[in-house]
Amino acid sequence: MEKPTLRALFLQMFTISACTFGGGFVIVTLMKKRLVEQRGWLSQSEMLDMTALAQSAPGPIAVNTAVLIGWHLHGLSGMFFAVLGCILPPMIILSVISLFYTAFAQNPYIALLLRGMQAGVAAVILDVTCSLGQDVLAKRQVLSTALLTCALALVLFCKISPILLLLLAALTGMLSALFHSKKGGSL
Amino acid sequence: MSSLLLLFWSFLQVGAFSVGGGYAAMPLIENQVCHLHTWLSADEFAHLVTIAEMTPGPIAINSATFVGIQIAGLPGAIVATVGCVFPSCMIVMTLAYVYYRFRGLNMVQGILAGLRPAVVAMIASAGISLLILALYGERNLPSDFTHPDWISAAIFALAFIVLRVLKIKPLWVMAGSGVMGVILYAIF
Repeated sequence: MEKPTLRALFLQMFTISACTFGGGFVIVTLMKKRLVEQRGWLSQSEMLDMTALAQSAPGPIAVNTAVLIGWHLHGLSGMFFAVLGCILPPMIILSVISLFYTAFAQNPYIALLLRGMQAGVAAVILDVTCSLGQDVLAKRQVLSTALLTCALALVLFCKISPILLLLLAALTGMLSALFHSKKGGSL
Repeated sequence: MSSLLLLFWSFLQVGAFSVGGGYAAMPLIENQVCHLHTWLSADEFAHLVTIAEMTPGPIAINSATFVGIQIAGLPGAIVATVGCVFPSCMIVMTLAYVYYRFRGLNMVQGILAGLRPAVVAMIASAGISLLILALYGERNLPSDFTHPDWISAAIFALAFIVLRVLKIKPLWVMAGSGVMGVILYAIF
């Protein structure tokens, strides 16, 4: 497996990030295709490990993956250039758009367009929620389902702070893991 | 200067707590940007989500850049994005170290299993907020909820069905809803 130069790493990350619409997971899939299958910079299993780790950490999954790939290939400078390549395209594009945003939003047709899109965005997010919710319920685990119900209730009716909710959920998960490990099995 | 620091700190929190990808970051960003600081109005947040969905790149980065520019221009964008990215770099490297050294992630798996349902609930809440905003023009359900914006309701229902049943890609659905919005609102 040939090691790429820093420049090649940066360019790959840049082009992948610039061409993928639809969020982090699509980017990671494209990374898999280009870096593992087409260029052989990483093995399949290395990529799988990194994807799992990237999903386990907070933050944008594409950035996390870039961190791991960059570090693996070129240490600290690899990590820096991979992440830079990943975040530059959205920063550039979004900067341009938001500079025009104030002008945009005044235009009556754009305003109508955005109003229509608002309903569309709500639909997209609720669609994602349904898919994710189905995944959680499909596992048929009492704890997950109970957590989902409690979390929904807390969020909708008690307006709980998101960070507090996440900490409570993490604590519950941690206690559950400890409980299961006491019954047998490693930590 | 202080607004730059606040931006950095806010997005640091977003970056540190958004487990599971861009959609998970959205409720956190909403909390920071609309509730804790009045940086964006509800409408502007809805626009942000729309734009972040339709532009390439990770959704969280898109949002950070957009909010950063609105608050403090280009330095704001840089500061917000760096804030968002920094904690995840640290945490991911730490996790990688633990994983490769100890080959064990059971505790982490446990925590993640606990977090996942909570994240789903939070995303649901963000979606519902946006829906209420689209239907009623404000974030909370008005006491008289029998008069929503029917055009919005129709676009939402159609979009939702198209997404769920026909599994059309979100990008097209959003473009379509925008176009429908222009047409329907212009007519009625």
